Amino acid sequence: MKIIKHTGLVLFIIALTIFTGTLFTGSFGLTKAEVEEYVTAQGYKSEVITEALEKAVSTEKELSIFEFSNRVRDAYQASNDHYDNLIAKYDAEKNWDKKGEQYQYKIYGKPHTLSYNLAKNAGSGYVKENAGLMWWLTFGLGIIGALLFILPNFILLGAPGIKNDGVFHKAATNRGWIAWLVLFYLVTFYLLLYFKADYVVNWTYILDPISEFLNGGKASQWFVYGFLYCTIMTVMAVRMFIKYRHNKYQILRTTSVLFFQIVFAFLIPEIMTSLNMPGYDFKNAFPLDYDFFFEWNIEKLTESGAVGLFILVWGTILTLVIVPLMVYFFGKRWYCSWVCGCGGLAETLGDPYRQLSDKSLKSWKLERWVIHSVLVFSVLMTVVTLYCYFSGAESFLGIHSQWIKDTYSFLIGAWFAGVIGTGFYPIFGNRVWCRFGCPLAAYLGLVQRFKSRFRISTNGGQCISCGNCSTYCEMGIDVRAYAQKGENIVRSSCVGCGVCSAVCPRGVLKLENDSMDGRINPTEVLLGNDVNLLDLLNKK
Amino acid sequence: MEHIVIIGNGISGVTLARHIRKNSNKKITIVSAETDYFFSRTALMYVYMGHMKFEHTQPYENWFWEKNRIELKKGFVQTIETHSKTLHFAKGDTLQYDKLILATGSKPNKFGWPGQDLDGVQGLYNKQDLDTLEQNAPNNKVCNRAVIVGGGLIGIEFAEMLVSRKIPVTFLVRESSFWNGVLPEGESEMISRHIKTHHIDLRLSTNLKEIKADENGRVKSIIIEETGEEINCNVVGLTAGVTPNIDFIKKSNIETDKGVLVNRKLETSVPDVYAIGDCAQQREAIGNRRPIEAVWYTGRMMGETLAQTICGNPMEYNPGHWFNSAKFMDIEYQTYGWVFGERNRPDYEKHFHWIHKDDNKCITIAYHKDTKLFLGINTFGIRMRHEFFDNVLTKKWTVDKVIEHLSAANFDPEFYKLHEKDIVTQFNSETGSTILLSKKSWRKIFA
Repeated sequence: MKIIKHTGLVLFIIALTIFTGTLFTGSFGLTKAEVEEYVTAQGYKSEVITEALEKAVSTEKELSIFEFSNRVRDAYQASNDHYDNLIAKYDAEKNWDKKGEQYQYKIYGKPHTLSYNLAKNAGSGYVKENAGLMWWLTFGLGIIGALLFILPNFILLGAPGIKNDGVFHKAATNRGWIAWLVLFYLVTFYLLLYFKADYVVNWTYILDPISEFLNGGKASQWFVYGFLYCTIMTVMAVRMFIKYRHNKYQILRTTSVLFFQIVFAFLIPEIMTSLNMPGYDFKNAFPLDYDFFFEWNIEKLTESGAVGLFILVWGTILTLVIVPLMVYFFGKRWYCSWVCGCGGLAETLGDPYRQLSDKSLKSWKLERWVIHSVLVFSVLMTVVTLYCYFSGAESFLGIHSQWIKDTYSFLIGAWFAGVIGTGFYPIFGNRVWCRFGCPLAAYLGLVQRFKSRFRISTNGGQCISCGNCSTYCEMGIDVRAYAQKGENIVRSSCVGCGVCSAVCPRGVLKLENDSMDGRINPTEVLLGNDVNLLDLLNKK
Repeated sequence: MEHIVIIGNGISGVTLARHIRKNSNKKITIVSAETDYFFSRTALMYVYMGHMKFEHTQPYENWFWEKNRIELKKGFVQTIETHSKTLHFAKGDTLQYDKLILATGSKPNKFGWPGQDLDGVQGLYNKQDLDTLEQNAPNNKVCNRAVIVGGGLIGIEFAEMLVSRKIPVTFLVRESSFWNGVLPEGESEMISRHIKTHHIDLRLSTNLKEIKADENGRVKSIIIEETGEEINCNVVGLTAGVTPNIDFIKKSNIETDKGVLVNRKLETSVPDVYAIGDCAQQREAIGNRRPIEAVWYTGRMMGETLAQTICGNPMEYNPGHWFNSAKFMDIEYQTYGWVFGERNRPDYEKHFHWIHKDDNKCITIAYHKDTKLFLGINTFGIRMRHEFFDNVLTKKWTVDKVIEHLSAANFDPEFYKLHEKDIVTQFNSETGSTILLSKKSWRKIFA
């Protein structure tokens, strides 16, 4: 069994190395005709961009993606510089007409995105030409390796039950060197994905065939991310199924998040795209889906006929009615640990890191400030956007609409949710985003705290303060602080993963939906002591 | 300002301190020689097993004590002078008190076995024991085999700990089945089988004769009383129960027996000196309870109660219905009310026993054979609701009524397979009853 496990690990590392290695392969270049065709298709008016791009990428030299990217970005820069110089010149001459004319020649967009769009069609080489084989050597081998590493646990872990032996002895799960290495890899991955997509264009080649099969188009970096996301969740869900095979709540919950990720977040949007409909994740509720009310999205939806209109109405009802109503009946867990994609990754890939969340009172205070600020930020952004959309203004309340959208997308959408939220799993635990950043979680949390039937019941006086519950709470809730006082746990941040209840050695905790009466039950003395004392103190 | 000094920072002493602080402005000092801060003793095993770090066993953050004006003094009390109300510490310093509370807990039993003080022989009770074990048995290279002596709750936890590091364990149990002094036969046997599935070398009806040393004075092997067999080992765990940790108190004029003798108000023989928790011994046992109760909850309850007395609301220690819990490797155990093993079982106590075919879940319900009064329940592998049984015991339900409403007692996580139907069916067929399982929730039943 150990040998199988180690073989699996070696295979996985080989696959990961090949996967990473593909980034450095291939040669990139376009013929002059292709450049001209591209410039025309993009509708660039610049008179110098074609020549600049041709000089950059129509060359005999074999360009790596990195050189290619440099040259393309330089070319765009050169074109824009050319017109900026003209603008400056006409400005100095006070030739306002001429100056005004120049702006149409400028090319907007993030340099790496422009470079990505060109690179996608410019690559050639082994990876692109052997996408099927490369899929097997990266995804295929990675999946096989990971499964060989995980499946023997069915036997190695012994009888079903809580198996956390050695969690704090291992470098991977106790912030050791492996954890830092994983952090480095994940952070780099997210930085490339969000900010330098052209550098990972080789990965998109591997998935082109699958993308073409699903939606008829070539794979984008977001398709790679979505496919990778589903693959990782599936493999790590197998790990969950084995680890918690005695616990039906965990099995069902894991199955549910996996289903919603693969079907709702991945397949349905892809199929919709292939049917010329706007691709939409029907479970992704605003304000987690922060660009739902952005002009471009509203326009896209209103232009897509009945389907688009339905999505617009559904998205609005989801946030305003369905989400809070479900939280009232079941707690926010129905979303955060049964449906949500971020939660889904946290509960599968992130499960080995759940014990790393900070339980101090300080971090709870920080959490409340930060997460509610993000909620306010997202709502403010949306109000500004919608006002500007309907009124045609550029700004509202002194806030420039484009500026606040860009700022939110950059700070919250990319850095907080991606780079920090997932990249920091191995050090800060698996729910950093959900706990500190997610505006939807903040909204659900308010409903859960004040108007919900959900609570974690404490079983009378049975708690022995051992601390397993607090240690394994991914949200950093000090569960024990309530349990050892005999109080139920009612906290806005609780995502209802049920692991506190699972790891409790004394059967003290149970996630329940029940009447709101007596849900919050501050106690002085626990059940089991003198009834007169209980009466005296608990009814005071 | 009255100065309350508590010796011992376990659950009893700390609960007491917290409750005194809630109700008064008295000066409070907690003295401990064991650790700087309160930790949960029951969680030490999880530190060794790598489920937690030691800091996770501390229920309160370190700022808690200063914020609540509870002074912590690290020191070992050597003598108590009750006339001058002075504590003398091993380092020579002293501390004056107005009221003194002894909450010194327990220490592992040693029954005079030859070799019981050798290196490598240890109990598992305090933080120092954990540190020692980390030295003695860091892995199965240093410790090729360990022998556990004594089949109680600590013994099985000790065995589970060692197994978590793949250290072979021989487990010597005096009884003919695990913990059958306490558990009824069916349960005791199920747990015995469960222990063996964890590849523990369980030796029932087996006593320790002596522990042998190597040339360096370290344990090298043990000899079994019955067979004379010698088992080579590097660690011997002594887990044959605990006894009050009161050696230094015995030198004072405070009356002691096995523990510090207290009355129902938890007062010792000396005014202004009280004892709570594991170290306290009731002059007369309360109900079916033992005079010395070395249990987490009872220590906490004594702390809750004594705080009232000290804050001017004199109160007797009057615990409610008995309950307890434990975990045997993978199988959780809870008990409510009284269910006796064969040894101490009263004549009138009749048992209904149900066991799941997987051999990892069972329950035993004790009831009065004539009146059918429900006396108590042991439940293994199924969680049940404390509040339900506390109510049932107060309201003196019959066993039939308990069986009828058993669904309402279930405390397992949602979606778990329920076994109440099976249980009712078996109960009906064994007793000739025709009970139908009720679907009412516990809230509605006791509303």
